[in-house]
Amino acid sequence: MPDLQTRAIDIRRIAVSLIHGAGSGHPGSCLSAADVIAALYFEELRPGIDKFVLSKGHACPALYAALYLRGFFDRAALGSFRVLGGLLQGSPTTTIPGIDATCGSLGQGFSIALGLALGLRQGSDAAIGQPRAYVMLGDGELQEGEVWEAAMAAGHYQLGNLCAIVDYNKMQSDDLNAKTMGLEPLDAKWRAFNWNVQMIDGHNFAEIAAAFANARATTGKPTVIIANTIKGKGVSYMEGVPSWHGSVKLKPEEIRQALADLGVPTDRQPEYAFHV
Amino acid sequence: MSDNAAFVPSLIGSSGETLREAFGKALTAAAAKYPSLVVLDADVAGGTGTHHFRRAHPDRFIQFGIAEQNMVAAAAGLALAGKLPVASTFAIFALRAVEQVRQSIAYPHLNVKLAASHPGLDAGPDGASAQALEDLAAFRAIPGMTVVSPADPIEMTKAVTAILDYNGPVYLRTGRSPARRIFDESYVFELGRGRIVRAGGDVTIVACGVEVARALDAADLLARDGIAARVVNMSTIKPIDEALLVACARETGAFVTAEDHNVIGGLGGAVAETLARTIPSPIEFIGVQDVFGESGEPDELAAKYGLAGPSIADAARRAMARKGRR
Repeated sequence: MPDLQTRAIDIRRIAVSLIHGAGSGHPGSCLSAADVIAALYFEELRPGIDKFVLSKGHACPALYAALYLRGFFDRAALGSFRVLGGLLQGSPTTTIPGIDATCGSLGQGFSIALGLALGLRQGSDAAIGQPRAYVMLGDGELQEGEVWEAAMAAGHYQLGNLCAIVDYNKMQSDDLNAKTMGLEPLDAKWRAFNWNVQMIDGHNFAEIAAAFANARATTGKPTVIIANTIKGKGVSYMEGVPSWHGSVKLKPEEIRQALADLGVPTDRQPEYAFHV
Repeated sequence: MSDNAAFVPSLIGSSGETLREAFGKALTAAAAKYPSLVVLDADVAGGTGTHHFRRAHPDRFIQFGIAEQNMVAAAAGLALAGKLPVASTFAIFALRAVEQVRQSIAYPHLNVKLAASHPGLDAGPDGASAQALEDLAAFRAIPGMTVVSPADPIEMTKAVTAILDYNGPVYLRTGRSPARRIFDESYVFELGRGRIVRAGGDVTIVACGVEVARALDAADLLARDGIAARVVNMSTIKPIDEALLVACARETGAFVTAEDHNVIGGLGGAVAETLARTIPSPIEFIGVQDVFGESGEPDELAAKYGLAGPSIADAARRAMARKGRR
């Protein structure tokens, strides 16, 4: 069984390859989120019990990669990403095996996860082991007012079975969050909405696991894991460069370099050509 | 004539009951039959009628505060968790959540019902900012949405059961002011079917909601001049009853549509789209003429903005005059 680090790297390789093959997509957001997504799908989520909502739906290539690696669909399906008539749409849809909620318009997935947590909750949330709802939000997404409507409701209803992860890569479509619409103090905002708040390194698997364990053990409050991440993590020329949020087209030399940075030697790169 | 047999309504006058009260009571009565039913509110339960449900089933009533976007998208989550959510607010605030309905409910075709009271000029003295004149158009334009606007408390009661039995997203328009009685208990509501509530062969008045009673007023006025107006209660605006409209086109040859809504995109739009494709016919559009309303009582507003019986009767005469004209 490959370790989480290996899984996360594979998710990154597949995600950038899907975006290259499709001719468009959001690589920076996938790469920052890949480690948490790997931890979710290969460690944390209990199949058939817990639900996961990717509220930052534009990072779906990373999610599709995880679902593929978990066997929800076959390799041929990867080649359908963003293709007319294809299974893998440009944003997650419940028509795709393994996808728990349709997302793509920022803020709404968080409310959906709130509804899932309310609907799945069985009596008092002190009952450890009950079904849980997980949701990943982008940091720029936190500028949507609906996010704070949902945050207020989750705190009000003391939803211990709701766990939000903020992929805090500090960048959004146009520029840095801080230049676009500042989010700080971010942990204080969540605490003020009656959430259990944890700040972690979103690329450190020990910290991710500890944060999930803390969330599971917390009753009477929803948990938010503010995962400090690097936009474009793992691809040298993308790291920390907002323009790779994109919906960008990766040129042949760019995908070659990306896969090389992710440890795929040139002679094995054709294995990642999913689009025919 | 189509298989919609002419139906003679029992016009008992005002039932004294509002559509919103009938809605709230019907939901409450449905709780036992639909164990997964939950009702969602955004701080207007006393206004929408869902306070009846809250009183009877507090554990199945979820308060979201004044946050309609969150309520609507959370309803999607509740549906994904196996619940049967009915989210309710005022029609004007439902418009705040149009994109949430589109994206989170209609796109995945989830089994969520959105019920909105205080629509149109019927919202009354709160004025233009409270009078939703665009909701039928907005929700009708979303793929896969069913849009329903019942005419009286009995139809509302039966429509609630019908939409709970239907698996898919529905926008249900209720009403604020006491509603006139159109139907008796023998009435059978069918989703997607219009109903002839007054027979006539000279012109067809297609109405929904509070305008059905006013259309019947118009038919009375027209009868004085020897004009036999047919009145159709088109309570399902989407999918619209095309077969009935085609039959009315063949049998009467002229139309008036009447709705407490802007004349753009609602019932009138739906009727015009259907007839343009099938049997092009003269149509006059009764509704608010693409302006905002103002404060006033519903009947005062209906008179001023041309939604009352006399305006509908005049429109019927204009439509009839256009028969056969090119």
